[in-house]
Amino acid sequence: MSTPNASGWKPGTPAKDDHGMDGPPTVTGNRALMLEEPLIFEIGTSQTTGVDLPDVPSSTSSRLGSFTRADEIGLPGLSEPEAIRHYTRLSRQNYAIDLGLFPLGSCTMKHNPRLNEKVARMPGFADVHPLQPVDTVRGALEVINELAVWLIGLTGMDGVAMSPKAGAHGELCGILCIRAALEARGDAREVILVPESAHGTNPATAAFAGYRVENIPATGEGRVDLEALKSRLGPDVAAVMITNPNTCGLFERDMKAISDAVHAAGAFVYCDGANFNAIVGKVRPGDLGVDAMHINLHKTFSTPHGGGGPGSGPVVLSEALCPYGPLPFTARTKDGVVHLVEEENAEAFDHKHAFGRMTAFHGQMGMFTRALAYILSHGADGLKQVAEDAVLNANYVLRSCDDLLEAPFGPSGPCMHEALFSDAGFAEDTTTLDLAKALIDEGYHPMTMYFPLVVHGAMLVEPTETESKASLDRFIMALRSTAERAKAGDPTLKTAPHYAPRRRLDETQAARKPVLAFDGPCAPAGTPQLSEQGGS
Amino acid sequence: MPRYFTDEHEWIDVDGDNATVGITDYAQSQLGDIVFVELPETGSQVSKGKDAAVVESVKAASDVYAPITGEVLESNPALDDDPALVNSSPEDEGWFFKLAIADKAELEGLMDAAAYKAFCDSL
Amino acid sequence: MRYLPLTDADRSAMLAKIGAPNIDALFVDVPEEARLSGPIEGLPLHASEMAVEKHMRQLSKKNLAAADAAFFLGAGAYRHHVPASVDHIIQRGEFLTAYTPYQPEIAQGTLQMLFEFQSQVARLYGCAVANASMYDGSTACWEAVAMAARVTKKKRVVLSGALHPHYAEVVRTMAKFTEDEIAGALPALQSTPDNAGLIARIDDQTSCVVVQYPDILGRIPDLGEIAEAAHAKGALLIAVNTEPVALGAIKSPGELGADIVVGEGQSIGVGLQFGGPYLGLFAVRDPKHVRQMPGRLCGETVDAEGRRGFVLTLSTREQHIRREKATSNICTNSGLCALAFSVHMTLLGEQGLRQLAAENHRLACLAADRLSAIPGVELLNESFFNEFTIMIGRDAREVVKKLTEQNVLAGVSLGRLYPAHDALHEGLVVAVTETTSEDDIDTLVAALKGELA
Repeated sequence: MSTPNASGWKPGTPAKDDHGMDGPPTVTGNRALMLEEPLIFEIGTSQTTGVDLPDVPSSTSSRLGSFTRADEIGLPGLSEPEAIRHYTRLSRQNYAIDLGLFPLGSCTMKHNPRLNEKVARMPGFADVHPLQPVDTVRGALEVINELAVWLIGLTGMDGVAMSPKAGAHGELCGILCIRAALEARGDAREVILVPESAHGTNPATAAFAGYRVENIPATGEGRVDLEALKSRLGPDVAAVMITNPNTCGLFERDMKAISDAVHAAGAFVYCDGANFNAIVGKVRPGDLGVDAMHINLHKTFSTPHGGGGPGSGPVVLSEALCPYGPLPFTARTKDGVVHLVEEENAEAFDHKHAFGRMTAFHGQMGMFTRALAYILSHGADGLKQVAEDAVLNANYVLRSCDDLLEAPFGPSGPCMHEALFSDAGFAEDTTTLDLAKALIDEGYHPMTMYFPLVVHGAMLVEPTETESKASLDRFIMALRSTAERAKAGDPTLKTAPHYAPRRRLDETQAARKPVLAFDGPCAPAGTPQLSEQGGS
Repeated sequence: MPRYFTDEHEWIDVDGDNATVGITDYAQSQLGDIVFVELPETGSQVSKGKDAAVVESVKAASDVYAPITGEVLESNPALDDDPALVNSSPEDEGWFFKLAIADKAELEGLMDAAAYKAFCDSL
Repeated sequence: MRYLPLTDADRSAMLAKIGAPNIDALFVDVPEEARLSGPIEGLPLHASEMAVEKHMRQLSKKNLAAADAAFFLGAGAYRHHVPASVDHIIQRGEFLTAYTPYQPEIAQGTLQMLFEFQSQVARLYGCAVANASMYDGSTACWEAVAMAARVTKKKRVVLSGALHPHYAEVVRTMAKFTEDEIAGALPALQSTPDNAGLIARIDDQTSCVVVQYPDILGRIPDLGEIAEAAHAKGALLIAVNTEPVALGAIKSPGELGADIVVGEGQSIGVGLQFGGPYLGLFAVRDPKHVRQMPGRLCGETVDAEGRRGFVLTLSTREQHIRREKATSNICTNSGLCALAFSVHMTLLGEQGLRQLAAENHRLACLAADRLSAIPGVELLNESFFNEFTIMIGRDAREVVKKLTEQNVLAGVSLGRLYPAHDALHEGLVVAVTETTSEDDIDTLVAALKGELA
């Protein structure tokens, strides 16, 4: 293995007992900087507020009809200092990219540049209404159009639908374009083919769009079985959904042959662009025959994940699908003016076949400004470097660990931006989950686990290009050490994590007896409004 | 009362023209902690080999197939409140539904207890 | 490149470890003819932080920010004051740069916040359970329609004519592919919503009735009457709310009998942002419907030491487990916007929300009175919260455009919302919030009076 950076951090000696605490219990439940925090309902009263608003006299005339809300709503309030403390204390129970390497395969957790945050908050972007007269929002339309031009250029496609709100929404948009195109030629097809290793959103999307889903088998080396695919193609197949690079972290070498076969059968190629980060600036999906591909701006173009969104999922389209893309969108005319194309002027912009509207307004403007700032910062040269460094980092992890962890597709060649390992060789009773939880104790977010389903106990590691070599070396050291413990059957793995704000949580109880909302009154007036009351 | 088994790990007790269906101890041990069971409505028709119920653990949802064709007479109300019965008493209190048998000939080809045990041992 | 930490020396050392002669050897699986040899032609090269900021600032200056005008736009997006501490909290790296909380031991911050958020939304909506958010109000509306079909096993959808037309269009678009049958209508330009007409359209095949509350014209429909009629036919009532501040003043949809309540949460904490990202809210009144809900749910449980903690739960409804049988294909939600909503709602509390709602309503009443005093201007609404419709006797699109020249953003014309329906074009929807000053109102009144004279 590589020698860890000499000046770098090293793991401490594990504590002696199972609780990871040598000292006595504390009266607050806190453990120094590991602070417990009650719910807002337990500390906030309905009379407390953190904003200064005028008291409107109750004698003021009302036009609410007979609908005045009389009963207490039950919303707790906190003063500003209490609120800041509540949320700051909560924030410290989270792992985040700002704290360390976050190797979630397929999720692309890379550094989020703060310039992008600054740009998104410029009043001309943050404080404009989606229905303002278009002459007052030309700059916003130019941002959308400029980003669209980049996305088209980077993918070698013909057009892009910008409005989808996230990757899965983009998938749906692409499949609906395909369905609209098929219907326009009077061709009702029923089936969408999806590889076994696909993201769950693919079959869910196809089903939502009214298609039946059939699986395509993979070859022993983790790629789509071209011959099996060809033999299944026929007049009932509407589309094939392929992830490239695929969920095993491999490039689909036969992509062009797949596209040619699909097109020859009168069907379309949908590409799941979740892994575009590996090839941006190196390969254009349009050159490989793709008809539609969504781009997760929160992956490849580093808009923040925000603990689960918001995302943004523009969909690039081939010439055959462009006429069916949804409204609204932007178009730049020869005079340089960027127009907003909606239901009213769609025909004037030669877009009368739009399949409809996927969302109320124009898409994720706040993500467009961030993504555009990210793209402009990198430029065409920097984006190419992004893909190269992402792939280099993943291969470095792969080859630094594949003597210890089984890499099922390692022998067949390099990986793309993520390294895939299996649990082969682990001691009986020790699982991928145990290894993952032990990585938490080492200060890392675990990798993606048990996905793709085609690999037993899968561990999918995506380091991304924003990790330094020193950072990778420290992670490799932790991963190797944990893997050795898993192979040796170290029983402390079963009880990991030991040092996180919580031990393993009882998910069975959560699902059997769901408690999905706080059921009780707000804190009574006079409750000492201290955050130091302890957790439970 | 004869009990039959399927290779999808359901059991079926036959009592005259009616039958009771559940999943086997082997099945529950493979699924882990059961958190929810979705049962067919009374009066609905189920067909041999087709989806009849869904059994869910925390991380998986599995279809349960009807071992034979028939009309559902009753679903086990106890599973609503306590799905863990499927873990603790899979072949008794944790039964799924009762049905009116449409065609007794469909029982042919199902396994008896000894055959099912041999089948599980071979897995 | 400032975001890429590898040095050339690092790259060489790493290639050596891998055993690859050069970087292209790692792209060997990409067919050679598809591999690009250099940066894509015709696209600019990298730029400094200063240069990018300058470029973006120039673009932003081409827009008229709401703060720089007398501003009266609503119709699904509302300008409210967001306390500075909200933006501070959502920019904490532990929230901003975290992932979906799939590892609960190191995501209790996000999870507890989501549990609090779900509880706040459920109470605001008068419901039992709210989910951890959807993309926005319009997509949440469609998801509710799809859920109603699962619950009732029926496919006919009755849309109120006064549902936001973009929401109706999203539902219509999606229904084309799911074979739900959509019965829509145009808003009737009358002082109260046409409940009788709506109720007459409900039949035994109806899965759900979708009603906006307050509606696109600002009127407050009697949901109780519609709920009763829907339930009598075995249909669900879906209430859609685009202005959550209103629920600090008017009864909750759940209290009035709505079965599914969805809406846009942007007003609380999120900001206008030219339409996105926003925050879809989704709640059900009856807890037995929870397993048919789309989206993520956070639930309470305990850890191995018995301490309270939170996890994502009931995941078997979702795409990553159920695949083609999932309740929705949604994966990413609107987590950071949910945080902004929750922080803002906590700062307001019951008292602050009530005061905020009262102040919005007071100013809206004032604006309605002063506007309807203009000759030729007529107030349509009998009831409203902070948004109402005036009829101005001329095509409101033209008038809105004219007033823009005086730095007045007068409202949303019905012509913008219903371009194909001339009969509606004299209507103007005017929204007033706590950010509207009395001076702004007087500016609008003077400008409109001048234009109509």
